[in-house]
Amino acid sequence: MTSEILISVQELSRSYAQQKAIENVSFNVHRGEILGFLGPNGAGKSTTMQIICGVITAHHGSVNIAGHDINTAPQLAKNHIGFLPEQPPLYYDLTVNEYLNYAAKLRGIKKNELTNKVNLSKERCGLKNVGSRLIQNLSKGYKQRVGIAQAIIHSPPVIILDEPTSGLDPIQIREIRELMRELGKDHSVILSTHILSEIHSLCNRVLIIDQGHIVLDQRLDQLENGSIKPDSVEIGLRNPPKLESLLCIEGITSVERINEEVFCINFNQESNMIDTIVKKSVFDNWGLFKLKPRGASLEETFMRLTHGDIEQLEKNNIK
Amino acid sequence: MISNIKLIAINELRRLFKSPFAWIILAIMQFLMAIFFYLLLSQYLEASSVTSGLTDIVVSGMYQICGIILLLISPLLTMRLITEERRLGTIKLLVSSPITITELVLGKYFGIIIFYCLILLMISLMPISLMFGTQLDLGQIASGLIGLLLLMSTFAAIGLFISSLTSSPAIAAISTFGVLIFLWIINYAGINASESVAEVFSYMSLLKHYTSLLTGVFSSVDVLFYIIVSVYFIILSIWRLDAERTYS
Repeated sequence: MTSEILISVQELSRSYAQQKAIENVSFNVHRGEILGFLGPNGAGKSTTMQIICGVITAHHGSVNIAGHDINTAPQLAKNHIGFLPEQPPLYYDLTVNEYLNYAAKLRGIKKNELTNKVNLSKERCGLKNVGSRLIQNLSKGYKQRVGIAQAIIHSPPVIILDEPTSGLDPIQIREIRELMRELGKDHSVILSTHILSEIHSLCNRVLIIDQGHIVLDQRLDQLENGSIKPDSVEIGLRNPPKLESLLCIEGITSVERINEEVFCINFNQESNMIDTIVKKSVFDNWGLFKLKPRGASLEETFMRLTHGDIEQLEKNNIK
Repeated sequence: MISNIKLIAINELRRLFKSPFAWIILAIMQFLMAIFFYLLLSQYLEASSVTSGLTDIVVSGMYQICGIILLLISPLLTMRLITEERRLGTIKLLVSSPITITELVLGKYFGIIIFYCLILLMISLMPISLMFGTQLDLGQIASGLIGLLLLMSTFAAIGLFISSLTSSPAIAAISTFGVLIFLWIINYAGINASESVAEVFSYMSLLKHYTSLLTGVFSSVDVLFYIIVSVYFIILSIWRLDAERTYS
């Protein structure tokens, strides 16, 4: 990618008391990228996001937003950020309009642009009909939308959303995803989520963080196109042979029987085991009906990466 | 800078008046002060031998009592300044916005000061209404008002700082209350000590500097005392909120 780098994070480390939250986290985000931030609870997603937005400071490392360092030029850098924390930062005793007006002014929007910006943001987040309602009377989904509305109100080049779709119903989730896809065209968006399908449908790059370390940083299309070689497949055979005869095939390291017809096969990546299986299936009439590589999907990768085994993965996959 | 402070102060006031809280405080203050006003006025009218003037007895008397009542109320007003932002998570909105922590703290502070001015204005209407019937010492009233306002600003600064230490309004309120009372009665600490020590303790008392202003003695030392204490606690609040970003 050659487009402009909007977020540059270098070697961030941060600890809470004695507990290390993140260590040596570095990545860049370009304009037009939607970066999915993935990780189990407590992995350091929120910490990283809060550091990028200047809510907390890093103990080591630097953050650069659109060319401005968050520590040495915080005002300039923060002008370029829209942030939605995990809990939407709402004043429950204000109406949606009052709140958005306040948020817009905080972000330095001029008086003559105020109404326009507020209306645009309301429209984008589907809040047109609730403008004069008190925030405390809104449902959780609407509160979440107000939270998103305040983050995009000043159309910042960098939008950082911590679990933006939590608490929304499926229709709202669709709308919000649509909105983010639109925003992703000419902004940089970082969003954290637990929902893997969200990453699939939305992001063009994924970053997996576990126990404070980045364990994967890859474009989604590369990930899907098998840049991570599968080392296990699921095969379904209508007339399965004995387990032993499967084990005899060169390259297979272990076979696990999932049910009568389906097996999970671990194999040596260098071998052409799959060819052999397909041939054998034809000759011996095994009735092959399913052949699915495992370990290449985002979910598999996520599971593998966040359950220990980091070293091996770093060897195999990370640039 | 100024516009951001103004923005936060106005929002603070707006939210204060959104809840019944601010209105009730104004109403109760007015009610209580009206009772004291009546009592002081009748005391003046019934006194057989008048030793001091109307302004001394009624106006200064009222402001004196007002200071004590506001000491009780002030912790309730300042307790939510920062604690609530923390509880609602809105502190993240403020800190991730292009405003500085100094602007945030000053905005909060002036928001509450404007509210105090409003209280003072409301209750001052009562003694000023006496002007229709008699002559008042306007200089003394002004000096008393300034003293009261300075006292309130100090309460606010202390309350603001304590509010920045915790995320529980109740803890902030009771701690502020304790600190204010302590600073109020600290002059008794030196009551049995040598004269010079007693002098120091008495000087530290919030009350002492106020009394002289009430009697119409406008001494710049007293004014400075309140300003310095206020500035000190405001700076502490700024430091505290700033440090929180690094050490939490």
